[in-house]
Amino acid sequence: MLEIKNLCVSLEEEDKRILKGVNLTVEAGKVHAIMGPNGSGKSTLSYVLSGREGYEVTDGSARLLDEDILDMEPEERAAAGLFLAFQYPVEIPGVGNMTFLRTAVNAQRKSRGQQEMSATDFLKEVRSEAKALKIDADMLKRPVNVGFSGGEKKRNEILQMAMLEPKMCILDETDSGLDVDAMKLVAEGVNALRSNDRGFLVITHYQRLLDHIKPDVVHIMADGRIVKTGGPELALEVENNGYSDILAEVA
Amino acid sequence: MSLAQTKEKATKERLTSMELPLKGWSASARSDAYDRLMGMGLPVRRDEYWKYTRPDAFTSADVPRAAVQEDNDAPIFDALDCHKLVFVDGIYSEEFSDGLSIDGVTLELLSSTSDVDIHWAKSLYGSLEKKGQKPVARPLAAFNSAFAQEGILMHVKKTPPKPISLHYVRESDVSDVMLHHVVKIDEGASITILESGDVAARCNMAIEAEIEKDGQLNHVRAQGRDHERNALTHIFAQLEEQSQFKSFCLTMNGVLTRNETVIEMRGDDGMAHVAGASVGDGDFHHDDTVFITHDALRGESRQVFKKVLRNGATGVFQGKILVKPDAQKTDGYQISQSLLLDDDSQFLAKPELEIYADDVACSHGSTSGAIDEEALFYLRSRGVPAEEATNLLTLAFLAEALEEVENQEISDVLNAHLEGCLKRGC
Repeated sequence: MLEIKNLCVSLEEEDKRILKGVNLTVEAGKVHAIMGPNGSGKSTLSYVLSGREGYEVTDGSARLLDEDILDMEPEERAAAGLFLAFQYPVEIPGVGNMTFLRTAVNAQRKSRGQQEMSATDFLKEVRSEAKALKIDADMLKRPVNVGFSGGEKKRNEILQMAMLEPKMCILDETDSGLDVDAMKLVAEGVNALRSNDRGFLVITHYQRLLDHIKPDVVHIMADGRIVKTGGPELALEVENNGYSDILAEVA
Repeated sequence: MSLAQTKEKATKERLTSMELPLKGWSASARSDAYDRLMGMGLPVRRDEYWKYTRPDAFTSADVPRAAVQEDNDAPIFDALDCHKLVFVDGIYSEEFSDGLSIDGVTLELLSSTSDVDIHWAKSLYGSLEKKGQKPVARPLAAFNSAFAQEGILMHVKKTPPKPISLHYVRESDVSDVMLHHVVKIDEGASITILESGDVAARCNMAIEAEIEKDGQLNHVRAQGRDHERNALTHIFAQLEEQSQFKSFCLTMNGVLTRNETVIEMRGDDGMAHVAGASVGDGDFHHDDTVFITHDALRGESRQVFKKVLRNGATGVFQGKILVKPDAQKTDGYQISQSLLLDDDSQFLAKPELEIYADDVACSHGSTSGAIDEEALFYLRSRGVPAEEATNLLTLAFLAEALEEVENQEISDVLNAHLEGCLKRGC
């Protein structure tokens, strides 16, 4: 599904290397988690994959379903099946949430040569997905993320994911700013989307999200590299002992 | 030569080949206006009020040529149920219009009343314009009062069953049109007046509106999207007790547009909202100049202007709220904002408050900004192509001004029109 090889990335503005050769393969149907201390490059990885400006890829490759995505525009990556759930979803005053969702869904369908979704079909689907995420009609009507609580913003991200049906989902610290109940709701939303033809990359600081979204593989990232890979037990090890033991072990 | 001498000479030169139409009831108003104009002289760039906008195209003897828009849309307000009056290069077209008869309103053409000496419009024509010359001179409005070729005289006695839509068609590259509408709204009556279309290669339009107690005037204008035209408009409105005036103007394209709105809140508890949304590209120059005078208790006024500028386009806003000593409890609000889509475009704003009463709430703000890159990336990351995402954010930026149009049907039509224009690049 997603194949990252020796990915090296620097900041465009300053001469600072952030990713120093990341190797990672996420298979269809699997959930991979990346954990790591602050500043290890986790979020940068998600931004670079989704096409955010400000980063320069100096070496390596990233392929989604065997297509090189690093030369694509952000919207092309989305149409190719990539989805990033933002750590800080952006507020867009003046753009209604529904308009935003419908525009996005139809833009993707259009670029794939599919017919646009009819207003009624769209409404039906949004309503049923929103209901599962406990998103009320008012939230759908309001401008995108404006005045949403932290939990509402994250649920809104999952709603978009459900509507856009991506192949590869990256969740960037989706648990940050969530209380336990909100986290459960979000995790349920993600779990409902798990399927054999979809891959997940869950970036998180803490084990607790992984209690709800059970990963198949856990990677530890430090100083711009994946330093250790293992099963779910690796996340528990981090939870119990912190990163220092693992980092000392690989050093 | 002094500035005054230069102006006098230029004004005389401009007017040499023009004949003042001194017939019937409007003759005295026209000759008064002519005298005012001669006293003030036509504007020149050294005038403070024309600091940001060159008046030359409005004052030159020759009409700057402006190609007729080839791929024009159907008249924007045709989608609504309106009483339509059509002007072709400033001349009323009986053929395309719904006629001069509608319940509750007397409709007459300025030109067709020129042989009568007594007319209800006599006390109004040129009089609000005259008042509006203080404290700031508006010589081009006096020019219009003196020489206007045509206009609708509208006496609203009762609320008509539907909006009156004035649609202006242009067929000539060199038409030079001066229209002067007079609107009198009787106590408790209300009317919606829509204006649309390309008018002329060069136009100088004026509306004088007197709104009696509890009366309402809703005015919505969608200026034509012809690129090379020069358009100047004035609205003079006088509001009596508890009356309401709302005006919204949508402008896309046009090499030069100046829309002046002059409002006097004369009766207590009046309400005046003036708003505009404009989108321009390249040699687009768009100027909104607003002057609202509060001279009564508890008046509420709002000015909301939004401009989207790209490829070197220029936007101007000169907005003033004047609160006279007795206009206590005035609530005035003014916002002007520009969205600059590149580094070449500019927005020049001169917000002014002049307040002599001590118990008022007045606020104003003005901003210039670029597209929010974070929002743009967010939209693109969801699969919305960059251009479509920019359009979506542009519409969002303009939304506050469009929300000033209360009527949902009208606002839907404007939104759809705007969306369509953005999609194909105006």
